[in-house]
Amino acid sequence: MRVPPGVSPSDFADALKQFEEAVGKEWVFTSDEDVALYRDAYSPFWGEPDELVASAAVAPDSVEQVQAVVKIANTYKIPIYPVSTGKNLGYGGSAPAYSGSVVLDLKRMNRILEVNEKNAYALVEPGVSYFDLYRYIQEKGLKLWIDVPDPGWGSPIGNSLDRGGGYLMPQYRNHFDAHCGMEVVLANGELLRTGMGAMPGAKTWQQYKSGFGPWIDGIFSQSNFGVVTKMGFWLMPEPDAYLSGTVMVPRHDDLIPLVEIITNLENTRVTNGMPFFGSPLLTRGGPLGGGGPQPDPELTALLAKPDAVSSPELQQYAEKKGTSYWSCTLSFYGAEKANAANWEFAKEKFSAIPGAKFADGEALKLPLTAEQREKVNVPQFGIPSLRMFSIGARSDTNPTPTNGHVWFSPIIPRTGEAIFEANRVFAQAARELGLPVPVFSLPTGYWERAFIFLFGFPITHDIDTNKKNRASFQRLVKIAAEHGWGEYRTAPAHQGAVMDTYSFNNHALLRFHETLKDAVDPNGILSAGRYGIWPKHLREAKS
Amino acid sequence: MRTAGTFLAVALLAIFAAKTAGAQEQRIASSWTPATVSGQGQPRGYVEYQKFCSMCHGEGVGRPGTLALQAKYKGAVPALLDKRTDLTPAFVKTTVRNGISVMPFFRKTEISDADLDAIAAYLARNNKP
Amino acid sequence: MRVPPGVSPRDFADAIKQWGEAVGKEWVFTSDEDVDLYRDSYSPFWHEAEEPIPSAAVAPDGVEQVQAVVKIANTYKVPLWTISTGKNLGYGGSAPLLGGSVVLDLKRMDRILEVNEKNHYALVEPGVSYFDLYRYIQEKGLKVWIDPADPGWGSLIGNAVDRGGGRTPMRDHFDAHCGMEIVLPNGEVMRTGMGALPGSKTWQQYRYGFGPYVDGMFSQSSLGVVTKMGFWLFPEPEAYFTGTVTVPKHDDLIPLVATLAYLMNSSIVLGTTSVASPLNFVRDPALAALRAKPGGASTQELGQYALEKNLGYWSIELPFYGPAKVVAAQWEYAKDRFSAIAGAKFQEGATRRFPLDPKEPVPFPGSVAMGIPNLSVFGVGGARSEGHVWFSPIIPMTGEAVLEAQQVFTDAYKEMGMAMGPLFFLGPSSNYPRCFLVLFGFPIEHDIEKNRKNRENFKRLIQVAAEHGWGEYRTHTAFMETVMNAYSYNNHALRRFHETIKDAVDPNGILSPGKCGIWPKHLRKAQA
Repeated sequence: MRVPPGVSPSDFADALKQFEEAVGKEWVFTSDEDVALYRDAYSPFWGEPDELVASAAVAPDSVEQVQAVVKIANTYKIPIYPVSTGKNLGYGGSAPAYSGSVVLDLKRMNRILEVNEKNAYALVEPGVSYFDLYRYIQEKGLKLWIDVPDPGWGSPIGNSLDRGGGYLMPQYRNHFDAHCGMEVVLANGELLRTGMGAMPGAKTWQQYKSGFGPWIDGIFSQSNFGVVTKMGFWLMPEPDAYLSGTVMVPRHDDLIPLVEIITNLENTRVTNGMPFFGSPLLTRGGPLGGGGPQPDPELTALLAKPDAVSSPELQQYAEKKGTSYWSCTLSFYGAEKANAANWEFAKEKFSAIPGAKFADGEALKLPLTAEQREKVNVPQFGIPSLRMFSIGARSDTNPTPTNGHVWFSPIIPRTGEAIFEANRVFAQAARELGLPVPVFSLPTGYWERAFIFLFGFPITHDIDTNKKNRASFQRLVKIAAEHGWGEYRTAPAHQGAVMDTYSFNNHALLRFHETLKDAVDPNGILSAGRYGIWPKHLREAKS
Repeated sequence: MRTAGTFLAVALLAIFAAKTAGAQEQRIASSWTPATVSGQGQPRGYVEYQKFCSMCHGEGVGRPGTLALQAKYKGAVPALLDKRTDLTPAFVKTTVRNGISVMPFFRKTEISDADLDAIAAYLARNNKP
Repeated sequence: MRVPPGVSPRDFADAIKQWGEAVGKEWVFTSDEDVDLYRDSYSPFWHEAEEPIPSAAVAPDGVEQVQAVVKIANTYKVPLWTISTGKNLGYGGSAPLLGGSVVLDLKRMDRILEVNEKNHYALVEPGVSYFDLYRYIQEKGLKVWIDPADPGWGSLIGNAVDRGGGRTPMRDHFDAHCGMEIVLPNGEVMRTGMGALPGSKTWQQYRYGFGPYVDGMFSQSSLGVVTKMGFWLFPEPEAYFTGTVTVPKHDDLIPLVATLAYLMNSSIVLGTTSVASPLNFVRDPALAALRAKPGGASTQELGQYALEKNLGYWSIELPFYGPAKVVAAQWEYAKDRFSAIAGAKFQEGATRRFPLDPKEPVPFPGSVAMGIPNLSVFGVGGARSEGHVWFSPIIPMTGEAVLEAQQVFTDAYKEMGMAMGPLFFLGPSSNYPRCFLVLFGFPIEHDIEKNRKNRENFKRLIQVAAEHGWGEYRTHTAFMETVMNAYSYNNHALRRFHETIKDAVDPNGILSPGKCGIWPKHLRKAQA
């Protein structure tokens, strides 16, 4: 049996015994078989000695049990690593950042404590998944939508603490921003409530975010300062209707005014859904498929050339075929007539781009019928699914699937110029690293006011391939930083490297984090190493 | 390398074609998983299967597991797991606890041993020796 | 000359000398005449011994000077109190909480570092007021709005870190910020969010950066001196329109507020609005007589009066921002939803189009909701007022909560023998997205006895509110400790957490001691 680093076998044995007394024997996992279930199924170190693995796992069922477990861990200085539903695949899964830690598995804490329809909020425990909350709301017939990330089996708490995003209106699809009120177990086992929750009997814990005095919630996200045991979330009332509309622009450079106009429409809330960028030219019968007609050999040949996308030849081809270079599908949630009026206004604004064309999407009255639910892009309707896993999974267009993926996710400015620059830079980087050069990458519209690129690095079960991919990943992190682009989130395997790029004034921010860490978790038991924050005794050991 | 290339390209496809993905997939006769799984008249394990597995292995649009099995077996066996007649409890349990391809393994706090036994029995119910 | 508590006159003299070297002698204020200008004009302790008066003030001009000043303060353990424009009237103004502190006056740092019209953000220094930024934007003809606090002379940074609010869709000021630069108590400079990446291109575009999101810790707190802050701005919309819905009966408040909540949570109504009662604006001796009866007027009697006078019992003026045709459609939809309340009536305001006619004089009534700063709010207290102190509880956004709060606070005022003047129960208003803020103005009267009584009453109200699960979102320095004490869950776990952080980040306890009830270690025991 593995023993956590820095812990004696007899201390560990004592701790395990006490964990068992606290949560029940059957919820302390120590056998190799059981602990293997806590590996990161998408680990970039799969099968290597450096793979981050747990020594054991403990699964409490209540806040009191969490407090007890944390106190025991603190007594014996056992490093622990809380996970909610433990489904953070692509960003580290359920494996600890510090190998040999004991995973604190909060999945059993799956109570939905309150869903308030009138004021549109929910209060949940960490083990509640998006599927759970969705089912609850459907069963009760509440006119509320949740905002889901791509995989619906994740936890609203876990996902928002890792600052993931979704698909509905900006204030909902920024999952951390949509939270209101937290309960936290600190490293010393004490219970803390934030915001209005710090007032006993508070009536507005899930209605006013910051309470009184310093607003601390943010320090529990992407961090290791406490174990979150409850969190409130603002939900979206079911809208009257939904409408989508697509704008298409003919020329390469039109991307710049296109993004500018969309940004204005978003920031004035004319469009209040997530924008989806596309390229009719590059997906239409091109090598990227899209399931349409056979790839046009002429297009394939053009795209094989360097800097194809901005070439005059491609522009001529597009004109000849009458195909638009870029498109964006906008979504509108709200009163049916207001949606239509907003789309009309948007089209007026887009018409400033010569040659702009439009395609009206379907206008849908809500709630959807069962038949409609089958046809729509479900996350845009607050419906959780696992369809995103189709990407890496076996399919007709992907006969040799990988064993998973790890996300490289830089934030770039919200301009067309930045999209072009990022493509140049990352294409060049891919060439240098011997990676396949993407024809073109368009950003995802999770965040208002910024863009994010999501690149998936495959996970294989081949050590050499994984090694090479890890090195490439870290090279990309550096290249992005050189251009002023930082990642918004990353897997523990790369958290140190990414945190290292946030180095303003001699890593002042990280040093600040370390000051906080030493103060609130002096024994350094919580998620050591998470987001590059190491407790004192391990920082000293490293240096 | 080829895997990496395929993957990156497919990721871009997803970004481009997220909206059209549904239209491109093969349409299987669909039914929406009801919020409450009634389980009436169904074998034990049916409810757990709906709850834990159907999101990927069920019928309808956007079920990556069903799509993957369709691509793998090309109709030689049903793509829908619960229509298979050749599954054994051991195989089901091993797959759930070890994962395969992009399907991860599942912890006992998610699917307990008892739940897994029931699911495995349900999926193997038509495997008559 | 006053000397800060716990500092020897010798050390203080040295500190003053060094500050003079750091910022220039003329920007270190020590004479009584100069230092008096930093008193809180609306102090509830006016002329009493307890009034916290600073010992000196220092006014740096840039980040490097701030760093130098803070380092010197740390060396001699001199308590500092940071102000931006120092116009926090009603909440403490420019005076410190701890008498004898040295005010760190950042007004001279008034550079507007960037206003980006395409991506709608600004990066400013603490001394930039709403008026400053508004003028800059007008001069440059940029099509972006600011969201001013009611008093336009306030600082964007100062107001946001005190978590104030405004009127437009960007009214939650702290929520609208993106990226900060901070001088820590040890004099180090730190940038948060994407700013921690040198050469970052998205500091004002993506809030969180990577790792723990620390920004909130520097709001309503004393852990650092904020020297730069980014703000998201609202692009100039095509139109602004208000429509008023009025309902006839007392009990209609319940569905009225429920519908309002739905419209706000659906992003259809996106600004600050208040629940009002037309009855409160009537000057009719008959109504006054009705109210003056022993026991007051019953809701039936008031409802009957309202019906006869065709007045309506409750009304809400709903703001809409957007394209003119959209705003019209939103209003139609809102009317449709409100029509579920029998007898609901509607009245349309004018539609304003933007840009406004440059010849139109600004400000004009209601123009703050269009991003135009002004100072008209100071007319509220009336000519006789010497100022006011705000009591600011947050209540749920439900009709039931409004009625309960009205009753509870009316009873409390009666119990305390306080007059329910024009600053009683202002709102409730939706300055923050999902709750109501109610404001009570306590008069300041330059009369020691009256002020003393008012302070006692204020503290009593804090207790009354807490008993009902309502907490204040912000408060005057005089009451910060009392308010923080009400946030007592699990033996004041939150305050103890704040103290743990305070001791780690500011071990000498030099920054704003006592702010929001958080004392540095060496002063904590003294308070207990």
